[in-house]
Amino acid sequence: MSTNLDTIRSLAERDYKWGFVTDIEDDRIPKGLNEEIVRIISAKKNEPEFMLEWRLKAYRHWASLEQAQAEPTWANVKYSPIDYQNIIYYSAPKQKPGLKSLDELDPEILRTYEKLGIPLAEQKMLAGVAVDAVFDSVSVATTFKAKLSEVGVIFCSFSEAVQKHPELVKKYLGSVVPHTDNFFAALNAAVFTDGSFVYVPKGVRCPMELSTYFRINAAETGQFERTLIVADEGASVSYLEGCTAPIRDENQLHAAVVELVALDNAQIKYSTVQNWYPGDKNGKGGIYNFVTKRGKCAGANSKISWTQVETGSAITWKYPSCILQGDNSVGEFYSVALTNNYQQADTGTKMIHLGKNTSSTIVSKGISAGHGQNTYRGMVKIMKGASGARNYTQCDSLLIGDQCGAHTFPYIEVKNSTARMEHEASTSKIGEDQLFYLQQRGLKAEDAVSMIVNGFCKQVFRELPMEFAVEAQKLLSVSLEGSVG
Amino acid sequence: MSLLKITNLHATVAGHEILKGIDLTINAGEVHSIMGPNGSGKSTLAQVLSRRQTYEVTAGEVLFNGKDLLAMKPEEAACEGVFLAFQYPVEIPGIGNAYFLRSALNAMRKYRGEDEVDAMDFLPMYREKLKLLEMDEKLMSRSVNEGFSGGEKKRNEILQMAVLEPKLAILDETDSGLDIDALRIVAKGVNAMRSPERAMLVVTHYQRLLNYIATDFVHVLVDGRIVRSGGPELALELEEKGYGWIEAEARQSAPASV
Repeated sequence: MSTNLDTIRSLAERDYKWGFVTDIEDDRIPKGLNEEIVRIISAKKNEPEFMLEWRLKAYRHWASLEQAQAEPTWANVKYSPIDYQNIIYYSAPKQKPGLKSLDELDPEILRTYEKLGIPLAEQKMLAGVAVDAVFDSVSVATTFKAKLSEVGVIFCSFSEAVQKHPELVKKYLGSVVPHTDNFFAALNAAVFTDGSFVYVPKGVRCPMELSTYFRINAAETGQFERTLIVADEGASVSYLEGCTAPIRDENQLHAAVVELVALDNAQIKYSTVQNWYPGDKNGKGGIYNFVTKRGKCAGANSKISWTQVETGSAITWKYPSCILQGDNSVGEFYSVALTNNYQQADTGTKMIHLGKNTSSTIVSKGISAGHGQNTYRGMVKIMKGASGARNYTQCDSLLIGDQCGAHTFPYIEVKNSTARMEHEASTSKIGEDQLFYLQQRGLKAEDAVSMIVNGFCKQVFRELPMEFAVEAQKLLSVSLEGSVG
Repeated sequence: MSLLKITNLHATVAGHEILKGIDLTINAGEVHSIMGPNGSGKSTLAQVLSRRQTYEVTAGEVLFNGKDLLAMKPEEAACEGVFLAFQYPVEIPGIGNAYFLRSALNAMRKYRGEDEVDAMDFLPMYREKLKLLEMDEKLMSRSVNEGFSGGEKKRNEILQMAVLEPKLAILDETDSGLDIDALRIVAKGVNAMRSPERAMLVVTHYQRLLNYIATDFVHVLVDGRIVRSGGPELALELEEKGYGWIEAEARQSAPASV
C-alpha cells in the first residue's frame, strides 16, 4: 500500500519544462495603477479616443471596487492579498514598429516560441493552424493572416483590430463581459494590453484552426489580455489557446477576458490548454489565473462550445460560460482540471438559458493529486421565457493519494416548469487495486496512473481538435509525473 | 532448473501472518492445483507471487527461472512471465479493451528488448483469441471490464493470458461465479494454453474446475501451510470428504500455531 502511495506522490514532482526565461530588452512602464498609467497604456498603443474613455470608465469602476474591498472572496481558494500597486501593467519586447514579416522579429523571440514547440515560421507550422503569438503585453506575430483574409476572416492582434477595424471593436467590445461584470473583468478592461481578435463574416467556415499562444516572460508583470471572437450569421470557427510562463518564486497575475459572439446559425468552438507555471512542489510561486470567459449565443440556432484542459497555474479561477439568448441555441462546456502539489482550482461554468428550446451540456472532470484542491462550481439558470430548455450536467472527481481534495458546488435555478434538467456526479479514487491490475499486466506505475487518468478524461479529450488531443494527453502525464514513484 | 521454486515462504498482511512456511516447486509444463478451505492463504499465495505490495514477505525465498522473484516489482514479475488471472478483475473506465491489451503486450515486449506490435499486426491475433474464448468482437471497443458480466470478466482474464503468453499462469479462483457453460469456455481457453514451456498454478476451492482442467499435482493448503500433496485423486477425495478431516490432521501436527 505504502509503495503505491509513494508512487502516487512522486508522480507529482516533475520539473516544469517550460520554465525558462528569454533574455530580451523590454519596454516597461513604472509599477502601479492609476489613471495616468491607463493613459500611458492607451497612448503606447496609439488608441483612438473611444478606447481611452472605455478604459478610464473601467478603471474608475475598478478603483471604487478596490476601495470597497470588493475583490471576490467566495471562491474556494486561498491566497495572500494581491498588491495591485506592485505590478507592472505594461511590458513589451523592444522591437521596430510595424514589422512587415517574421524576418524582422527579434530572433530571441522566435527561438522562444520554437523552444515551446510553437514555430512561427509558416512553412514549419502545423498545416491548417494559424497562430497569434502574445509575448508579455503584446502580440508579436500572427501567422497565415493573408491566407485567412482571402476568405474574409480577420485574425489579428487586438491592438491591430483597434486600429484597422474600430467599428467592429466598438460594436462588440464589452458586449458580453461588460467592465462592470466583476472585479477582475474591470481591472482587465482598464489595463488590457493585447490579445487576439477574430471576425468570421457571414456564411464563412474558417478554413483553418486559429490559435493564440500566450507567453509571460518579464518578471513582476501581470498579463492582461483580451480576446474577442465574432462569428457572423452562418459562420463557424474553431479556436485554441495555449499558455506557459517561466519559473519564478513570486506569484504573477494573469487576468484575461474572453468574449465570444455567435449570431444566427453561427458556431464557435473554443479550446484551451492552460499550462501556466503552477508553482513548485511546496506551493511557492506560480501564476494566479483569474479569468472571465463568456460567450453569447445571440442568434437563433447558434452554438458555443468551450473545452478546457487546465493543468497549470497556482490558482485557477475561471468559469467559461454561455448566454443562450437565441432560440434553439446550444452551449457546451467540457473541462479537465488537474491540481497537483499545492495547486488550487475553482472552475466550472454558467449556462444562462433565455431563448426557447435552448440546450446545454456540462462535462467536468476534476483530478486532484498531491495537496491539490479542486472545486467544480457551476450554475444552470433557466429563465422564465426559456420554455423547453434542457441541461445535462456531469461532474466527476478523481482523487490520487490521500492529501488532496475535491469539492462540487452545482447551482440550479429554474424559472420555467417545462425545463428538463439532469445532473450526475461521482467521486472516485485511483485505487491500489486498479494500479496493481495494470502493473500485473506489465505497465509501470507511472504509465498505469497516466492510463487511468486519460481514461477518466476521455469524454473531454475527444472534444479537442485532433492535433491537440494528443498534446493534452501528454501534458496531463507530465503534470502528473512525480505523483507516483 | 525448475521454473518456480518456493522455499519456506512466510507472508503477512496488515500484521497478520497468512503464509507460514510454503515449500513448492513447479517445473515447466506442469499444472499444479492449490486447494484449501476459505482463509487458508490460497489467494495470498497468488498475490505474493504476482508481487502485490499489500502483502509483506517476512521470510523465505522464491526463485522464478533462477531469478529472485521477491525482489521484483509487480510489472517486472509480469514482464518476466508471471501472469495472474484475477479473482475480481478491475474496471478501467475510458480505456478500450484492445488498446489496453496492446499496451500491456508492448510493455512486455519492450522489457524483453523486442519490437512493439502495431495495431495492424495486433488485431488479427486478438481476433483469433476472442474466437477461442467465444467472446464478442464488440468487446474490443468497450472499456476494460466496464459493464462486463461476471463471466465476461473471467473470460477476459483468460483472453489476456492467451495474448500475453506467460511462462507461469496463476488462476485465482477463476471458476468462482461461473455457470457451467462459461466454465467450459474458460477451461477450453486454459487447456489451449498448455504447453511444455508453460506452467500453471490453479487456485480453487472446488474440485469442479479440475474436471475441465487436468491437473498433474494437487496441494492442500491449511492455515498457511501445504499439509498434503498428491495427484488428481486427492482432489476427488477432498470433494467427497470435505476439508474437515484434513484440517483436524493439520491441527494435530502443528498445535503451536497462533
